[in-house]
Amino acid sequence: MAEIAIRNVRKTYGKLQVVHGVDLAIGAGEFVVILGPSGCGKSTLLRMIAGLEAITAGEIAIGGEVVNKREPRERGCAMVFQNYALYPHMTVAENIGYALKVAGLAKAERTARVAAVAASIGLTDFLDRKPGQLSGGQRQRVAMGRAMIREPKVFLYDEPLSNLDARLRVAMRVEIRKLHQRLGTTTLFVTHDQVEAMTLADRIVVMNAGKVEQVGTPQEVYGRPESLFVAGFIGTPGLNLLPGTLDPAAGVVHLEGGRRLAYDRQRWAGAPAGRVLAGFRAEVARLVRPGQGLDASYEFAEELGASRLLHGSLGGTVVVVSVADGRMLQPGETFGIEVAPSEVHLFDAETGRRLPGEARPSSRQSVPVLEAV
Amino acid sequence: MIERTPVLDAVTHAVLISGLLLLLMPLWIVFVAASHDFQTVNQVPMPLWPGNHLLENLSLAWERGNFDRVMLNSLIVAVGVTVGKIVIAALSAFSIVYFSYRLRMVIFWMIFITLMLPLEVRIVPTYAVAADALRPFQATLDVLGIPLDLPEWNLLNTYSGLILPLIATATGTFLYRQFFLTVPDELTEAAKMDGAGPIRFFLEVLMPLSKTNMAALATIMFVWSWNQYLWPLLVVTDHQNFATATMQLQKIVPGPAFGEPPIWNVAMAANLIVLAPPVLVTILLQRWFVRGLISTDK
Amino acid sequence: MEKRATFSNLWLAAALVAPQLLLVFVFFYWPSGEALYWAFTLEPPFGGSNQWVGFLNFSTVFSDAKYWASVRVSLIFALVATVLSLAIAVLLALFVDRRLPGHQVYKFTYFLPYALAAPAVGLAFRFIFAPDAGFVSAINRAFPDLWNPALDGVDALALIIMAQAWKMAGYNFVFFLAALQSIPRTLVEAGAMDGASVLRRMRDIQLPLIAPTLFFLIVINITDSFVDSFGIVDITTGGGPARATDLMVYKIYSDGFQGKDYSLAAAQSIVLMLLVVALTFVQFRFVERRIHYT
Repeated sequence: MAEIAIRNVRKTYGKLQVVHGVDLAIGAGEFVVILGPSGCGKSTLLRMIAGLEAITAGEIAIGGEVVNKREPRERGCAMVFQNYALYPHMTVAENIGYALKVAGLAKAERTARVAAVAASIGLTDFLDRKPGQLSGGQRQRVAMGRAMIREPKVFLYDEPLSNLDARLRVAMRVEIRKLHQRLGTTTLFVTHDQVEAMTLADRIVVMNAGKVEQVGTPQEVYGRPESLFVAGFIGTPGLNLLPGTLDPAAGVVHLEGGRRLAYDRQRWAGAPAGRVLAGFRAEVARLVRPGQGLDASYEFAEELGASRLLHGSLGGTVVVVSVADGRMLQPGETFGIEVAPSEVHLFDAETGRRLPGEARPSSRQSVPVLEAV
Repeated sequence: MIERTPVLDAVTHAVLISGLLLLLMPLWIVFVAASHDFQTVNQVPMPLWPGNHLLENLSLAWERGNFDRVMLNSLIVAVGVTVGKIVIAALSAFSIVYFSYRLRMVIFWMIFITLMLPLEVRIVPTYAVAADALRPFQATLDVLGIPLDLPEWNLLNTYSGLILPLIATATGTFLYRQFFLTVPDELTEAAKMDGAGPIRFFLEVLMPLSKTNMAALATIMFVWSWNQYLWPLLVVTDHQNFATATMQLQKIVPGPAFGEPPIWNVAMAANLIVLAPPVLVTILLQRWFVRGLISTDK
Repeated sequence: MEKRATFSNLWLAAALVAPQLLLVFVFFYWPSGEALYWAFTLEPPFGGSNQWVGFLNFSTVFSDAKYWASVRVSLIFALVATVLSLAIAVLLALFVDRRLPGHQVYKFTYFLPYALAAPAVGLAFRFIFAPDAGFVSAINRAFPDLWNPALDGVDALALIIMAQAWKMAGYNFVFFLAALQSIPRTLVEAGAMDGASVLRRMRDIQLPLIAPTLFFLIVINITDSFVDSFGIVDITTGGGPARATDLMVYKIYSDGFQGKDYSLAAAQSIVLMLLVVALTFVQFRFVERRIHYT
């Protein structure tokens, strides 16, 4: 178990900069998920921590020790790769025990430790098989066993679940979380799947275009997105965003097309007037009669079973509202949307950042139903 | 496959059987001729069914061609070339693919270009080098003004002389390189995370993975080096001790005296002896041979 | 293509590549350089070091009618043998690819000729086509003196062409069959649905799709006929009769090692090298293209 400190780390390939000065502190035993779209530099950051990628500038310390110049094997990290990277010519037992063999451990001890690890992840019956004879989930477990056996200071996962089918992915998610609870090893997990991030993480690091957009608990990134990127990336669907002009005196946003949306004036007491984007979650909007809220024109619906997502057009902007009732609308029909002022998020239209001047709610749970994700 | 009409099937079989006749007939004739006595083999037309003098002819040919010795020589050369090639090519391909240094591409091309000029077209100067293999180094030292005298290393009439120039091509290097490039990077990274250094990775991960390629390369190289003819012809003058099997074919053809027909039955028996090892290797290891042919592109 | 994961120990990298580089230097670059040197110099009759003579050796070579005869014979040999063996091989491959019962047998026997050493092929063909014994001699029984490669230059050339074509047919077959089998079955089936008959499909679908292989094989066959033909010629005809089968490689060998004229042999080697290099360049360009295909 060790803490990781990342200080102003950069990575460039030739002229192309893929990681722009990332600062991050990860506590010992923490489970941190780095989340972002493909090409955002999240895997590169992980591989720099592993020692597989040279660090162009900045510093990475593991357990208080700067490791920039250390070989991968000297860093005390273990890694689970996206395609597992199992040695195809070795059996499961040899795959799991290879690091110990390289380290020069006696055969008897190796066998005992491989057996123990295999038992803990349910691979005992497969020790003599080759990776080619295993199912996707079993390979995944071998990759995890290979990481576990070294009792590393840090676990690194590089999109390990993306090659599995949907059901297996959920099952493996649970296993990874349980493993962390059992061993308490500091864990870094890279993914582009926000559900994975929300369910696994103690804290989420949202990255975009080589920069960190926001660091926070799953509730924080969901309930209080710091930027338009996070607002759109987290949650299914992403935050609804309506362009408009902030009128602090009236406590409303004048939306394009002449409608008004009230926001929590006390909370945003310091917000300056200007062009903004007002956002709200699909789940918090209530459906009302036309004319009683914001009027939108119905387009189509996504059926989710427990609820439906109504897609509509509000003055040319797409809005999505989650509803539980079964009333059917006709395409082109108008419906009203009502949003409580406390649920409105404000973003600066220029910078794309959350509007400053907001009174930070100390420990207020601003998200009504997290499970809706 | 689609459209199996009786007529078309008959045509197909006819074409294939004629192909078989065309391609195997010469081998059959060699075999038949090697199994008859001198009179029978010179009959016109010759018989198409084997006689019962095969062993007799083989042992006569074996004795006349000094095959005790030359078969051993050919075996030494073929095995030497094969092993040398497999080892040296693997090492250099590993260096070119798995290390990053500035000269890497230069070195790759320097090796790759050797594919262009087979030994036969540069035979004259290569022969001259074989007379003293250290001469290039001596000349380089002289040019650099380093007063160092290297000993003379004459490769004529040595196994090294038969083997080394045949190893000096890029065939295997290129094959290994192509294969190494298909090995996923994650495997290397996993090995690094497991604490393996380059040598360990090479021996314990890369080489076991290369087994099929090695087998294919070995089959091809064995057949190729066994069948070498021009180079041994030049580099060996001590026929008693260093002649290879293919070289003996030239000696065995002429007839006993002017005007008399050559002793074909013994010549064909000798031919059988010489062609048997590569043919057996290709039959027994045909999977590797075909694979090797296609992946080395010669 | 480059590896993302590499090692950084440069001394090790150098040590790994050193044996190959040394061999290549001694047995490839040095001799090739020396061939150039000899081609542009002459050894003085009374000893001393070689003297620069410019293109003299080349003009000697090019003004020699025997040389041009050798070039002509080499080209005829290369073209006819290549066309012959490619035609046989592609025909057999197309029919083996129909996958009738028993096709595996052909698959595993057709390539056998290529396993034979060139001189072994030569010796076999010399016997088979001997005028007074062997297999073909029966023709002379019916038509006296119709066939005699020992005396008739055309017969001799035909003999070595057949030997070369036979040897390469097996090799070409392997490549054609591999190419045909890499064509997705569904393409041929789509052709059948479109109403194309078997022979029509061969012509319209399969042949065009293996065109890259065909092209590659043409180059390989021509190169091989320049190079590996030595063994066949040396055993069957020895370049004769009357230089009718004096291929370029064979002439270099006889000028250099029997005539002991290194400068003349070197100049001829350079010409042959250039020819082979030009062919190889064509092939590399093609190999490049083939990589893009897949």
